[in-house]
Amino acid sequence: MAFKIAVVSGKGGTGKTTVSVSLSNYFQRLWGAAVHLVDCDVEEPNTALFFPEKNMRSVAPVYQEIPETDLERCTFCRECSTYCSYNAIVVLPSVKFAQVDPNLCHSCGACLHACKEDALHLYQKQVGELRHYKVGATLKISEAELTIGSAMQTFLIRELKKTIGGDSDLIIYDAPPGMSCSVVATLSDVDLVLVVAEPTPFGVHDMCLTLDLLKELDLPHGVVVNKAGMGNDQIYEVLERYQTPVFGRIPFNRDFAHAYAQGLLSSLDDDPMLKWFRRILFEIERRMPAYERVDHSER
Amino acid sequence: MKTVITAAGNNVSAAFDKRFGRAAWFCVYDHANGALAFEKNDFADAQGGAGTKVSELMVEWGVGKVISGDFGPKAKDLLDRFKVQMVVVEEDATVETLLERIKKQ
Repeated sequence: MAFKIAVVSGKGGTGKTTVSVSLSNYFQRLWGAAVHLVDCDVEEPNTALFFPEKNMRSVAPVYQEIPETDLERCTFCRECSTYCSYNAIVVLPSVKFAQVDPNLCHSCGACLHACKEDALHLYQKQVGELRHYKVGATLKISEAELTIGSAMQTFLIRELKKTIGGDSDLIIYDAPPGMSCSVVATLSDVDLVLVVAEPTPFGVHDMCLTLDLLKELDLPHGVVVNKAGMGNDQIYEVLERYQTPVFGRIPFNRDFAHAYAQGLLSSLDDDPMLKWFRRILFEIERRMPAYERVDHSER
Repeated sequence: MKTVITAAGNNVSAAFDKRFGRAAWFCVYDHANGALAFEKNDFADAQGGAGTKVSELMVEWGVGKVISGDFGPKAKDLLDRFKVQMVVVEEDATVETLLERIKKQ
């Protein structure tokens, strides 16, 4: 089984993708590990953009099953509407009207159970697309993109995760920003969580919310302080108070930011970040069970 | 015909609530007999679909006109379909002020 790491942040723009992409590069380079990088930010997946040399392996639509009312059979009894927790069904007996709003429906199936007249039939509505890529022999990348207008983020993330096999040494989930359901769906089955935080007041505030969530979910985690040197040192006092381990710091580096903006993270020649990431990899390894397939000879 | 004014409270001195689906109360005025009723909005705190469900109520109550501050797209679709007139009022007012205005019409 692959070891699963989620990279989360709370605040957007702290460096989740930077850290996810860099980790997948260093795990391959320094450990010779086979890595599967999974972009769970289904609203705007961007991880794959950093690998222009990728080869597309497959593309598949993801469908949600939505009930449709058959007005010939419907007796307008309102049972389905009463059962629906998402207020997705409108039934107007006075004008003999019944409709399921596909944008509110969560495909839970309660209405189908409620209907005694067989007046609801399922149809398929596309909510997104799954894409799988391969980069060289040791990196797989997978992403999902939500159809515009759909609110089925967590469903799509779960569908994406179902397609991820366990044949790599490491699976890295690049989480969506925030702390909402999409993030919880991303975290559902991980072994270790990396919180990428930036040392600004806003960054610290959102990091605390994230740490509270991880405590609630009882998931092992550590913090990577990105853009270290910016803002102030308050983050370190807060982390001490939370008794949360710091897996490493990544100093703010203009060249690195420049390379990110150009999409060149995985091809930096003069690698200014190597020594900072070595420490982070070490902290991750300490928390992993022994993996025979990982080749440590280069370390 | 009935007219609904979205209200923040359950009496005429309450403020006019500018939200439609998430208004706290509905002031229902019956033009035929001058009857006035206040109905609590059970969907005010719904996670989603408040506008849809409240539109459903309006049709079932036989409301011809709704006065509120704004209508969401799903509510608009339904109210349009069943010919419920939507009146958007942007000013701060009490329910009483708006009620006097519609009674004069």
